[in-house]
Amino acid sequence: MSKIEIRSPLPGTFYRAPAPDAAPFKAEGDDVTASETIGMIEVMKTFQEVPAGVSGRAITFLVDNEEPVMAGQVIAEVEA
Amino acid sequence: MTISSVLVANRGEIAVRIIKAAKALGIRTVQVYSEADADMLAVQMADEAVNIGSPAPKKSYLNIEAVVAAAKAAGVDAVHPGYGFLSENGDFADAVRDADMIFIGPSGDVIRMLGDKVAARQVAKRAGVPTVPGSDGRVSGLDEALLLAGRIGFPVMIKAAAGGGGRGIRIADNAAGLEQQFPLASAEALAAFGDGGLYIEKVVGRARHVEVQIFGDGQNFVHFFERECSLQRRRQKVWEEAPAFLLPADMRERLCMSAVALAREVDYRGAGTVEYLYDDDTGDFYFIEVNTRIQVEHPVTEMITGFDLMQEMFKVAGGAALSVAQRDIEARGHAIECRINAEDPFKAFQPSPGVITSLRVPEGDGIRFDTMLYEGYIVPPFYDSLLGKLIVHAETREACLKKLAGALAELTIEGVPTTIPLHLALARDANTAKGTFHTRFLEQWLEHDFPASASRNQEFA
Repeated sequence: MSKIEIRSPLPGTFYRAPAPDAAPFKAEGDDVTASETIGMIEVMKTFQEVPAGVSGRAITFLVDNEEPVMAGQVIAEVEA
Repeated sequence: MTISSVLVANRGEIAVRIIKAAKALGIRTVQVYSEADADMLAVQMADEAVNIGSPAPKKSYLNIEAVVAAAKAAGVDAVHPGYGFLSENGDFADAVRDADMIFIGPSGDVIRMLGDKVAARQVAKRAGVPTVPGSDGRVSGLDEALLLAGRIGFPVMIKAAAGGGGRGIRIADNAAGLEQQFPLASAEALAAFGDGGLYIEKVVGRARHVEVQIFGDGQNFVHFFERECSLQRRRQKVWEEAPAFLLPADMRERLCMSAVALAREVDYRGAGTVEYLYDDDTGDFYFIEVNTRIQVEHPVTEMITGFDLMQEMFKVAGGAALSVAQRDIEARGHAIECRINAEDPFKAFQPSPGVITSLRVPEGDGIRFDTMLYEGYIVPPFYDSLLGKLIVHAETREACLKKLAGALAELTIEGVPTTIPLHLALARDANTAKGTFHTRFLEQWLEHDFPASASRNQEFA
């Protein structure tokens, strides 16, 4: 069983949920489809959604909520 | 007590500006920085630098405990908050003073009072400053709302008393609309803010954003004339001028003196700005809010008055009386400031951090570029997109626009997209020259005029 990496398209701050008091877009272990949003990146005070880009099972996040990320950094993995 | 050392509790171009003013006065500078900002220009310029935490603003520049601890450890006399971050946080001002240091700005109480919408409006009224006609607090119900709206005239805004930042606002065009919207607005306000209270305010139509620079030492209060800041995108200022053109002399006098009256009403200390909406058609102006700090656009005021506002902040905070009287403050010529942001005006203003690969700054009489950039600097993604401010001064507005277009064409920033092309198109635009500005001018211009004028500029480039 292989893992597929999901990378951040932008540098910035990674958020797991659409608002501080909201539920995360995806919980650990959820299945995802390519068009689903898995988080948001804040770049210079603007927010951009991050689509999974791939379909897969059992997502694992490698970056915590509100942590800085670099462009191209792996933020999550799913099982193919 | 004269200030002999200062902690700069900010970053970016304003930290550089504060350090330059401090150095000119022989003040020792200590710069705080987040882990993402170790290479910033202000860190290189300051006498000392202190790491106060991780990149997220709330863990560094918004962390009151970390900033005050750094100031205490560095043994400074004073803290300069700049703009944004903790600059209008009354608790921060109190914490600095409780630690026996000088906060360069007004008292915590004045910051809190002027930061509260209803309280600030009451201060303005006491000082005789015109406020937007409305209910002065919450209305008892629909009947009172209808009565008031009939008196001030439609359209009216229905605002949540507990709301803020543009949330919880509805607009009613007539009595039927008000009857329909009022209960909905109340239910929404209750759900969103836990308080269904509403107040009513007149909708001011086509208006300009004009603001007055004030200064006080607690006993003497002056103005440094006004700025025109109508060119905004998403409520963010993009281009500012001083003075406000096409403003009749008697109107300028009334506007500026009303701001001084407001400063006197609260025994204001330090630099501040009173913001107004100005209706060209009727000649009415209305109070919006007071900013209890130095503004991003303060350089246009410095250019027309020849006065250093930042140095004055240090002197007054150190206990000196204002160094000028009103009669000594004169405005000469015209100044324009362009905010150069790391955003792509051709791609919906998408922000773009990255490495500055090349930088060429125009020089000359009446040209100033306030920036934190240098070649090789990496613009981090964690903060706002402001890269610098190009400010140009000339004898007339017409000459100023011409000089600005020349300076913008010379200014080169490579490595990240910038808003220079937007400013160049604006500087060469016939509507800009006419000056028929209002607060929605820029968004309409961006939709209809910018693509065409920008492509014309590219053809001739």
